[in-house]
Amino acid sequence: MARPLGRRGTILAGLATVIAVGVGLAAGMAQAADLTRVEIRIHYSRFDPSTIVVPAGRPITFIIRNDDPIDHEWIVGDDGVHERHRAGTEPRHDSRPTEVTIPALSTRETTITFGQRVTWRYVCHLPGHEAYGMVGTLVVR
Amino acid sequence: MAGRLPRTAAAFLGAITILAIAAGPTLACGGLIGPNGAVNLLRTTTLAAYHDGVEHYVTAFQFAGGGGQFGSIVPLPGIPSEVVRGGDWTLQRLVRETDPPVALRDAFFAAEAAGAQVILQTRIDALDITVLKGGADEVGRWATEHGFRLPPDAPEVLDFYARRSPIFMAAVFDADAARERGQAIGDGTPVHITIPTTNPWVPLRILALGRTPAERIDADVYLLTDRAPAMLPEPGDGANGLILGHFAPATAQLLDDLRSDKGMEWVPDSAWLTKVGIDAAAPDLTFDLAIDASGQGSPSRVAAGLGPDAWPLPDGRSPVWVAVAVALIVFGAWVSLAEVARRTVPPARPA
Repeated sequence: MARPLGRRGTILAGLATVIAVGVGLAAGMAQAADLTRVEIRIHYSRFDPSTIVVPAGRPITFIIRNDDPIDHEWIVGDDGVHERHRAGTEPRHDSRPTEVTIPALSTRETTITFGQRVTWRYVCHLPGHEAYGMVGTLVVR
Repeated sequence: MAGRLPRTAAAFLGAITILAIAAGPTLACGGLIGPNGAVNLLRTTTLAAYHDGVEHYVTAFQFAGGGGQFGSIVPLPGIPSEVVRGGDWTLQRLVRETDPPVALRDAFFAAEAAGAQVILQTRIDALDITVLKGGADEVGRWATEHGFRLPPDAPEVLDFYARRSPIFMAAVFDADAARERGQAIGDGTPVHITIPTTNPWVPLRILALGRTPAERIDADVYLLTDRAPAMLPEPGDGANGLILGHFAPATAQLLDDLRSDKGMEWVPDSAWLTKVGIDAAAPDLTFDLAIDASGQGSPSRVAAGLGPDAWPLPDGRSPVWVAVAVALIVFGAWVSLAEVARRTVPPARPA
């Protein structure tokens, strides 16, 4: 039979459970704690997370980590922006905060202040990547 | 179709296994990436021969016209000890064995990072071949830095192979050099790779590299083994994308023909010929073909890409963190239950 642990044991049990749940949640929703810093991971040519909610009127820093051995892009904007990039010829993007090239196995940061509530998409427009599923949704509230 | 082998001939079968991947004219190889980022799917034939622990891998690259360079990445089950020019008709002869042409068709064939270790480099005709050792990141980076434009599924596919064998063969076909050499469109350059290995398997998933979900993979795989092979996934009526098209002892004439080709003197006196047709939607071809050449009938799930070693954790999360979380949950539950038990069951009093 298990040895009685008393009040201390109960507290420890509760603490352990809380830690466990916290670890699990942290693995999936790391950026939720700080709405001004958003971490995006690219792995197997997918964005993680694929949906991001940020506040309007505040500078948001996106940390985009490319874990793939191939280059990717993170381009956020309305439908018109994406339509232009589908036929675009720019090999790299580094002059606009909403358009970022992330070389293979590297990390890039960009800071954007969204002035209004919008729902945009972020897409990698390298050949075949959008069709493969490199698409996410950005909600500005 | 050949009859059964005589008992005396069958005595040779125990020591010899030949695996052959051959493609009919419709076979397209994966992994060929053009300079504009588009995937160039060329026809390919590959022969992988297994004899006394050595796999002979013969593939060919087709000169399809045009200019510039085209690249190909082929996963290998081990480190090659030799890469040389292959024979001239082996692959075509295999195709003709099971698909006799009404009229003789031209069989055009093409095979399919920083930190990657270069194991071997050689040039065969207009082909620059590099054998690499490294993980998916290293090989992917190497390929990118050497002009390959890998498609978006490349990271996952390279990882799929690197988990089992971190050996890849990168081949760059210089179309300009081919033209200067006088190679005509459709001419193939056969390559014979010798690979000591104890675990032969046939890479199939690489055929779907760069394919869109709407595309289908149409290919033929020939196996020439010392006895009837066991395969995983098991070819059948095509429900799993694999069709068993031929399953019989190889004819003496076929073996004689193969043996007379350049570098093919190791072909045994008797063997079993199997033809596996591949007809699958690209997204469904997520496995390789594992072969049990020992006669024990137990092809490896890992070699087929179906084993636990081939399963990544969802979202790439660290298994350590998952293990820690699970352990803490179990520990917390145990302590809580112990406390509940303590409160509900009065402790025994001494008599």
